[in-house]
Amino acid sequence: MKFAIVVQGAPYSHQAPLSALNFVNAALDAGHEIYRIFFYNDGVNNANDLIAPPQDETNIHAAWVLLAQKYDIELIVCIASSLRRGIMNDAEVTRYEKLAANLNPAFTISGLGQLIDAGLNADRTVTFAA
Amino acid sequence: MKRILLTQSKSPHGSINGQEGLDAILMGSAFTQCAVLFHGDGVYQLLKYQQPKKLGTKDYAVTFGALADYGVEQICCIEEDLIERKITTQELVIPVSVVDRESVRDLIRGFDLVLDF
Repeated sequence: MKFAIVVQGAPYSHQAPLSALNFVNAALDAGHEIYRIFFYNDGVNNANDLIAPPQDETNIHAAWVLLAQKYDIELIVCIASSLRRGIMNDAEVTRYEKLAANLNPAFTISGLGQLIDAGLNADRTVTFAA
Repeated sequence: MKRILLTQSKSPHGSINGQEGLDAILMGSAFTQCAVLFHGDGVYQLLKYQQPKKLGTKDYAVTFGALADYGVEQICCIEEDLIERKITTQELVIPVSVVDRESVRDLIRGFDLVLDF
């Protein structure tokens, strides 16, 4: 089955990202396909490359990056949600004249159309809300 | 064509879910036929006379009036959720279809994709 995943919770504030990671890994292990993972609302904070949790805690951000690299999965963050929360790539940093980018390159900034497209093209859409 | 039901379950302004949920509704309507269900505290989003500027949040409730222009015709509230909160449909910014809780299951079954905010 082809799954689209929506993550709306921030790492460490909500269980949503960890549950989503567990679900995605289990789905892949069972032979399913992940069409796209869309980060919306506070979920865009998962893309923040500056996340540095204590060493005895799960590095949720790093887990997403590893997942994307291992399985070549699209990680999309909503641009409007990202800009509100200060998640930026180099292009946005230039546009808004900010100090530095913090979006890990495993993630791509795009629009809400990617959420709707994912929902319409996947067999199932699973939302991990905050 | 797949049809999308977008659901709103949180009160406005306490979180940004309502505002970002509305953005998703408008985007969805550009792709396919969409409907919206306000349930639980989500029904508060449709109240008239909100004054969120006093809070520093956006007055996005006015945008619900544009849903019809975007082709979103089916906008529903759950009857029991309105009654429990002592809200009448006259107090809402747009006309809505009122459905009872019992029939929500059938309503949801009529859609291919449900996105909850």
